[in-house]
Amino acid sequence: MSDAVVVMVALAAGTYTLKAFAPLVLSNKRVLPDWIKRFAMLLPTPLLAALVITSTITSDDQIIFDARIVGVVAAMVALAKRVPFVLVIVIAAAATALWRLIAGL
Amino acid sequence: MSELETLRRKIRMQAISISLAITPFGVAFGALCTEAGLGTWEALGFSSLVFAGSSQFAAITVLAEGGTIMAAVIAGLLLNLRSLAFGVAMAPSLQGSLLWRAITSQLMIDEATAVGSSQESHSLRRYGYIWAGLSVFVLWNLMTWVGVTLLSGTGTLIEDLGIDATIPAAFLGLAWPKLSSKEHQVIAGVGAVVAFLLVPFVPPGIPVIAAAAAVLLLRPWGKRGSHE
Repeated sequence: MSDAVVVMVALAAGTYTLKAFAPLVLSNKRVLPDWIKRFAMLLPTPLLAALVITSTITSDDQIIFDARIVGVVAAMVALAKRVPFVLVIVIAAAATALWRLIAGL
Repeated sequence: MSELETLRRKIRMQAISISLAITPFGVAFGALCTEAGLGTWEALGFSSLVFAGSSQFAAITVLAEGGTIMAAVIAGLLLNLRSLAFGVAMAPSLQGSLLWRAITSQLMIDEATAVGSSQESHSLRRYGYIWAGLSVFVLWNLMTWVGVTLLSGTGTLIEDLGIDATIPAAFLGLAWPKLSSKEHQVIAGVGAVVAFLLVPFVPPGIPVIAAAAAVLLLRPWGKRGSHE
């Protein structure tokens, strides 16, 4: 087996364990403590907020402040103006591409 | 059209837009695999069996740079620790038989969790999770294959078209409706600040976990009377 296949099998097993742990262990226990349910309800908000930050300022494990910030700000303005989701994505890409073209960042 | 169908249609649109946003990265992953000397089936094995974009990139990059098998696996797993937190968030909405939970768990990725967890009811959360998870799965593997087949040569296309900004924009768009409540504004702010401060100092993937942990420390559920 090549190194890549060994890594693939080990990583697949590891990631699946992480993915499936909560659904397999917690899912059908309908009498979860209240605080866990409440935590699970709130969890998506900080997770999404953190993902916005990390996907805006990192690239290949490096911190890079670039035109993506312009795209995210444009998306924020679009969202505030209640633009549909698909358009928000297009606007973010367009603003970023335009900024790169003009400012070369 | 019933109100439920309108909602579902909106969710399907979210799922399809977010999976279209990741397609260039699938091509990039395929190209990276080719550069690292992997064959088509190995690349597709990563995209279907591992199915965790950032982990796949990390592991293959480590291998390509001459790292050990162990280093590649650890890099990949660290990036994927956050799916443990995603699982906690999604578990209440994914109830069903053991087999159903075992299969749907493979879709526990950022996009599926983002689309799923931003819906109002458990059934809509499940609907969004499955739709986003499956559409990303299909497109991600298809694009990996395209990347391997076309070799590399995507060059700076992702940057030139601003496609790298569509991922944060998508996450922002999914978080947006939640931000109408004061409580969610606070925890979103805390999460964002924690992630921002940690990014320079810890391995990738950890800031997202820390952001979730910070909310655990705030214990906002202790305050009665706050709405959900």
